[in-house]
Amino acid sequence: MKALVAFLSGLLLSAGITISMMIDPAKVLGFLNVLDNWDPSLALVMGAALVVYSTGFYFSQKRAAPFLEKAFYLPKSTKVDRQLLLGALIFGVGWGLLGYCPGPAIAALTSGSTGTIGFVLSMVFGWWLTRKIKFN
Amino acid sequence: MENFTPISALIGGSLIGFGALLMMTMLGRIAGISGIASQLIFERDGRGWRFAFVAGLLVAPLLVSFFMQDLTFTTPDLNTKTLIAGLLVGLGTGWGSGCTSGHGVCGIGRLSPRSISATLVFMAAGVLVASLF
Repeated sequence: MKALVAFLSGLLLSAGITISMMIDPAKVLGFLNVLDNWDPSLALVMGAALVVYSTGFYFSQKRAAPFLEKAFYLPKSTKVDRQLLLGALIFGVGWGLLGYCPGPAIAALTSGSTGTIGFVLSMVFGWWLTRKIKFN
Repeated sequence: MENFTPISALIGGSLIGFGALLMMTMLGRIAGISGIASQLIFERDGRGWRFAFVAGLLVAPLLVSFFMQDLTFTTPDLNTKTLIAGLLVGLGTGWGSGCTSGHGVCGIGRLSPRSISATLVFMAAGVLVASLF
């Protein structure tokens, strides 16, 4: 049951990424590049997702626990530290360079594109490195 | 702004919101794609539901293309720039504990100060790099 819910969650997220065309890095760059024929679509995608999620999240927290688990697994840290900000900066540079963030890149894997596969393998290598090297 | 697609953006964005919300109300977890995918690869516990989540990510575009026959999207060429971008996205989301889904949607949606800060920083960096390079 938990696996089925997780599958549906991934399916909905990825369907949203595909239908909104955020799966296309050129579409994402059309938003991030504000100097050339700006495309505000990404802002509307995030805005719609936020309206749905924040409303639902508010009501979900009225319960003591989620429906299929004993407790909510919310991140405990609230400290804005160096590792968070430097990480976000590095991510933003990589995102702006190509237009891929993790979701769209993974979603596009089934297209069989060698560029997408290379991007994801390189990203996984990056994740591995951050498990070895920390700086806080 | 002739590339602006408000209807599909609103529909797609709502689906993303519902997908993330399903994860929170049922399993009590943040639907952060970088976190779930990296933990699936590098951690032993919780592989079942994480695998199912990533399988959902992979299957959806095939399902959508079945209903939207005219669905086409570009993909990057395999070159040094693509590999560097992948490495930076991996390093950044690893150290920054999240990406567009975990920080940008789930984190901001629950008003987390860490996620709001991270999203402002990666948005600003993304806009700067994409606009100037």
